Amino acid sequence: MLRAQGRAVHQGDSGWVPVFVDREQSISLMSVGFLLEQPDEALVWRGPRKNALIKQFVSDVAWGQLDYLVVDTPPGTSDEHMAVVDALRPYSPLGALVVTTPQAVSVGDVRRELTFCRKVGLRVIGLVENMSGFVCPHCSECTNVFSKGGGEELARHAGVPFLGSVPLDPELTQSLEDGRDFIQDFPDSPAFPALSSIAQKILSETPVGLS
Amino acid sequence: MEEVPHDCPGADSAQAGRGASCQGCPNQRLCASGAGAAADPAIEEIKEKMKSVKHKILVLSGKGGVGKSTFSAHLAHGLAEDENTQVALLDIDICGPSIPKIMGLEGEQVHQSGSGWSPVFLEDNLGVMSVGFLLSSPDDAVIWRGPKKNGMIKQFLRDVDWGGVDYLIVDTPPGTSDEHLSVVQYLAAAHIDGAVIITTPQEVSLQDVRKEISFCHKVKLPIIGVVENMSGFICPKCQKESQIFPPTTGGAEAMCQDLKIPLLGKVPLDPRIGKSCDKGQSFLVEAPDSPATVAYRSIIQRIQEFCSQRLPEGENLVGS
Repeated sequence: MLRAQGRAVHQGDSGWVPVFVDREQSISLMSVGFLLEQPDEALVWRGPRKNALIKQFVSDVAWGQLDYLVVDTPPGTSDEHMAVVDALRPYSPLGALVVTTPQAVSVGDVRRELTFCRKVGLRVIGLVENMSGFVCPHCSECTNVFSKGGGEELARHAGVPFLGSVPLDPELTQSLEDGRDFIQDFPDSPAFPALSSIAQKILSETPVGLS
Repeated sequence: MEEVPHDCPGADSAQAGRGASCQGCPNQRLCASGAGAAADPAIEEIKEKMKSVKHKILVLSGKGGVGKSTFSAHLAHGLAEDENTQVALLDIDICGPSIPKIMGLEGEQVHQSGSGWSPVFLEDNLGVMSVGFLLSSPDDAVIWRGPKKNGMIKQFLRDVDWGGVDYLIVDTPPGTSDEHLSVVQYLAAAHIDGAVIITTPQEVSLQDVRKEISFCHKVKLPIIGVVENMSGFICPKCQKESQIFPPTTGGAEAMCQDLKIPLLGKVPLDPRIGKSCDKGQSFLVEAPDSPATVAYRSIIQRIQEFCSQRLPEGENLVGS
């Protein structure tokens, strides 16, 4: 999604060197995807092996000076989630951004995710409702393809901040497929104000003088 | 710093922890202790239990959120519409058990009898099992590592009294990890008919499907075919079609042609699908006229045809 496929990870003096995805070198990336010999190779690993790699990603990558480390996780409340919380605990994580789609089936799983956060002592920065409505490009009618409002209701029920709803935008999907900078290319997209506002909220949550 | 080795001999192989490629692996000591090597007696027990189950189908996806559980549920609904067909739906997504909600069985409990755990019956011919039925609150989180999840899956396969079943459908979490390895290993002696892989049209999803296909090849699991979900959206107002998840690299059709795997069908996005699942109703019944229902029914038929070709000779017919 960040147009970094096929790049290789090198080992430096202070550890693995992450891959920079932009010319300004403001965003670096580490993923197991960089360690595969073939892109279609399946990583058929059980928990302990995944845990080991996650620990290495935190402790053995030469991240350098960072303002934000964003960790993308798979769905669930299992090995990966426990491993990354354990690995990051000594560094006082800002918290978790929890993403749901609007419908009850998704909200049903995310409720459990919120319980996980509480149990492991991970603060919830807020909840985001993704894929919240689709604006037809032909007639501009907005259809709630995955229902509506479940995210906001869950945030209220669980007592966590609701950060906003991000609508479905095929241009966003297309951008991710092409590895383009969506925010730069589509500032008029209906998804942009929502994403922007969520980013602003996180920036405003960051304690002063942290970096 | 060492990478976890690619040439891992496998935690249950004789070489576990002892091979050249094991040097430096963080799990080396665990494997060398022989913990993974002993054959699990449960495999034989499960083989016995599965003798009354005619066809076993795994529903897989590379990515989350592509509609796998929705599909599994509707495959079960569709097959069970024939009251002479016994259907069982097993949900092994331990951390995110959505099947009870989608099937309208939230809040149901599992009972134990002399012959094992009883599945929860939606209809006389449609039984369901999920870890969701074992949780007391919808907020309960199942924060389990791999080995504990594997233990649960073993129990589901060995201790549930499924009875005579024509189709056992196993809904999995996304990925290629503990749950997938466990279900394939535990059913190893019992013969799985094959896997149905669910995807959405865009390349980011297909990329993970290719890994899923690679997994199936690795564990010698036959592939029944691929279902492309959320394939086009018809606006309810203007009736024009849009691609919410654009098939930037030709969608599942191109990938299946490339890899010579059957494309079982393409299911368009109908907002009524999500609503039916939220209400715990069968979309096939709620919206019989929807193009999505037509697509589902055709896919279900193709799966039945695949399974009937694979019926080993001499097996007893169950249920019909």
